[in-house]
Amino acid sequence: MCGIVGLFLKDASLERDLGNLLSDMLVTMTDRGPDSAGIAIYSDKDASKEKFTIQSENAHQDFKDLPNYLGKYLNCRVDVRINDSHAVVTLDGSSTGKFSETLKSFNPEIRIMSRGSSLEIYKEVGFPKQVTERFKIPQMSGRHGIGHTRMATESAVTTMGAHPFNTGLDQCLVHNGSLSNHNSLRRKLRREGIHIETENDTEVGAAYLTWKMQNGASLGEALESSLEDLDGFFTFVVGTEDGFGVVRDPIACKPAVMAETDQYVAFGSEYRALVNLPGIESAHVWEPEPATVYFWKH
Amino acid sequence: MLEFDLQENGLRKLNSALHDQKDSTNQTAWEVINPKGSHAIAVGIDAPIEVNIKGSTGYYCGGMNKQATINVKGSVGPGVAENMMSGKVIIEGDASQYAGATGHGGLLVIKGNASSRCGISMKGINIVVHGNIGHMSAFMAQSGNLVVCGDAGDALGDSLYEAKLFVRGSVKSLGADCEKKEMRPEHIELLRQLLSEADCDAKPEEFTRYGSARTLYNFDIDNSDAY
Repeated sequence: MCGIVGLFLKDASLERDLGNLLSDMLVTMTDRGPDSAGIAIYSDKDASKEKFTIQSENAHQDFKDLPNYLGKYLNCRVDVRINDSHAVVTLDGSSTGKFSETLKSFNPEIRIMSRGSSLEIYKEVGFPKQVTERFKIPQMSGRHGIGHTRMATESAVTTMGAHPFNTGLDQCLVHNGSLSNHNSLRRKLRREGIHIETENDTEVGAAYLTWKMQNGASLGEALESSLEDLDGFFTFVVGTEDGFGVVRDPIACKPAVMAETDQYVAFGSEYRALVNLPGIESAHVWEPEPATVYFWKH
Repeated sequence: MLEFDLQENGLRKLNSALHDQKDSTNQTAWEVINPKGSHAIAVGIDAPIEVNIKGSTGYYCGGMNKQATINVKGSVGPGVAENMMSGKVIIEGDASQYAGATGHGGLLVIKGNASSRCGISMKGINIVVHGNIGHMSAFMAQSGNLVVCGDAGDALGDSLYEAKLFVRGSVKSLGADCEKKEMRPEHIELLRQLLSEADCDAKPEEFTRYGSARTLYNFDIDNSDAY
């Protein structure tokens, strides 16, 4: 099954409630997938800096000497904000090309969850309530965000198998469904030099979008071509620096409901996820069409 | 009238109270408030009662209904009135996928649009949609009538048996073995009756009938390569 939620704010006065609203939506979807949960949140952007969300099983020990190490080897200002098993590392934009290899030389066990200037991704094994509380998501503000609660089918229940998956800078993907050609596509993408870490089908979907965009496609075009090249069931919600998009496969058996008011555009796997949003009673509520790419931008 | 707050009292209590109603019950009017998209509301009723649901519901609302009239003052999730046997289910808003699936009898009215797979494998139910329906509707539909006042999506009536399909607007594409049929006087009369029961003022003469070309009924040796 899996449950997806998404919230795109048009009204800036709701921004400080984003984490709270999104967490509530995701917790409502718990019974669609209790294995792992994750949230991608887009807060203010500072174009001169780049942000990485990183994760470690032994965060407090592993992250302790990280700021000094990174500062020394990247020769720039480094800010590390620890949040439970995750940390947000903010760097001066000029040194980011060397970040992942420097991090690997510091400690190869530390994983990169997201990179961008606005995006932060938090994900762990557990119920949405535990995961959102663990990272204090309800206290976070932002312009838009997406969340996912997973019922694993194609690969193991692990932190790295949790959604959202980071696709490119400030881009991420969540998925409800299962891809049936992910093994052959993974081999193809690896041959093309795309890094794929896990045996997870959605990571292949995310890597596919990254690959398409590296070859010049816009996100919209990459999503359009995913309808041709990905075999299986999917409702995708993607996040970008300035908005979010939705696409469903042509069969469209994985559910999706959207609601729009003057204040927001919201996505839920079920209407239940949307019932506590402000003004939902008078919102325009509809089901996105199959094989159609939808996109909202700030 | 009995008012039932779903958030306060929970689904099991509601459905069990509704299941306790028998043919001779005098508690014939029920109102459910705060449905908030919950699943399986008013499923499995077998009594001549009326249930009004004030708001939108989740999966399988009114499933397996016998005798009851269920009104939803909102939209419904997937599988509304699934396997309905008799009675009436009326949706003021839209319906998600597979509305009225496998229904054996009764009338399902959707005043908004229905999405994909509306009336899939229907077995005698009548479905009237005031708006449009999505793709793969009436797939393998066996009997009963599907009336669509708006447009139909791709692959209407794929692998259709003997259900009758009436569409007023356009059909994006017909499924395998579904074809346009002649509207005879008995069809006009049937439509007039269904539209009137569904509180719809569309004119029967504006509809086109679709039905099975009956070429997939039996195994054809010429198709053996396909298996």
